[in-house]
Amino acid sequence: MTELNEAEVERLYRRLEREAKAGGYNLNPDEEFTRDLVRGLLTNEARFGYPACPCRLSSGVREEDLDIICPCDYRDADINQFGACYCALYVSEDVLKGEKSLGSIPERRPSPEERSREAAVARGSFLPGSAPVWRCRVCGYLCARDEPPEVCPICKVNKDRFERFAPQSMPVWRCRVCGYLCARDEPPEVCPICKVKKDRFERFM
Amino acid sequence: MNVVTVKGQNRGKVMLYALSTCVWCKKTKDLLSRLGVEYSYVFVDLERGAERKKAIEEVTRFNPACSFPTLVINDQKCIVGFKENETREALGL
Ligand code: SF4
Ligand SMILES: [Zn+2]
Ligand SMILES: [Zn+2]
Repeated sequence: MTELNEAEVERLYRRLEREAKAGGYNLNPDEEFTRDLVRGLLTNEARFGYPACPCRLSSGVREEDLDIICPCDYRDADINQFGACYCALYVSEDVLKGEKSLGSIPERRPSPEERSREAAVARGSFLPGSAPVWRCRVCGYLCARDEPPEVCPICKVNKDRFERFAPQSMPVWRCRVCGYLCARDEPPEVCPICKVKKDRFERFM
Repeated sequence: MNVVTVKGQNRGKVMLYALSTCVWCKKTKDLLSRLGVEYSYVFVDLERGAERKKAIEEVTRFNPACSFPTLVINDQKCIVGFKENETREALGL
């Protein structure tokens, strides 16, 4: 394994912390634990060319691992349900404030067998209107344009993490304060735009 | 397969399937060491080719999700994830 440069660990740690805060997320306050995860992300970046989840087995093929490139597609649902993502790199407000403790949580990613079955079924549906609606699979951000953006403006994942949004496949939430829309099972903990709390969101669609 | 054995008190066959980058796997290893039991572990992510396939097959037999850590005691009891109490109990400690 390649030797990790501690300055690099520090740099990524700070960047993740900054981006988490800007997007309304929290890094695990246990610094030693979190730094270990950052080392894992850097190791995977060096091994595979992308920061695959440190707590999951990567195939080494980007296309097969898209859903587990950090932040993974399962992060937000796990934060909502368990107070942390699978690795516990990201935690909920309750955990941050020490009102909830952390442990190992169940794996939400479908099993290898389920994944190969899903891949066989064609994804995406067609939408009326002048431009397709794209959904960031990580944070639920929606936008209508010919192609998804290069980088999700909310959670900063790459273009290939977007999917065509099929209405009714998932609830759409509206921030009552600033009007921000997103499609996900539950509203985010904090509005990524105006920073108000989850309870300021309403069901829009 | 590159299986490493850590010496300690014999509590039966204790096999840990782990990932070299995973913090919960690390916690499980630390726990086993702290408990002082003899155990073996393999970093599945560092295995290649046929050995890797074999390791994945072994994990999947006990844990179809193929998630980590997977701890197998005496080829029958399987503990998925870092579970301190369950692990102590299974080892009678
Ligand atoms: S967000 Fe997902 S990929 Fe990133 S550390 Fe957490 S569980 Fe792993
Ligand atoms: Zn996003
Ligand atoms: Zn808002």
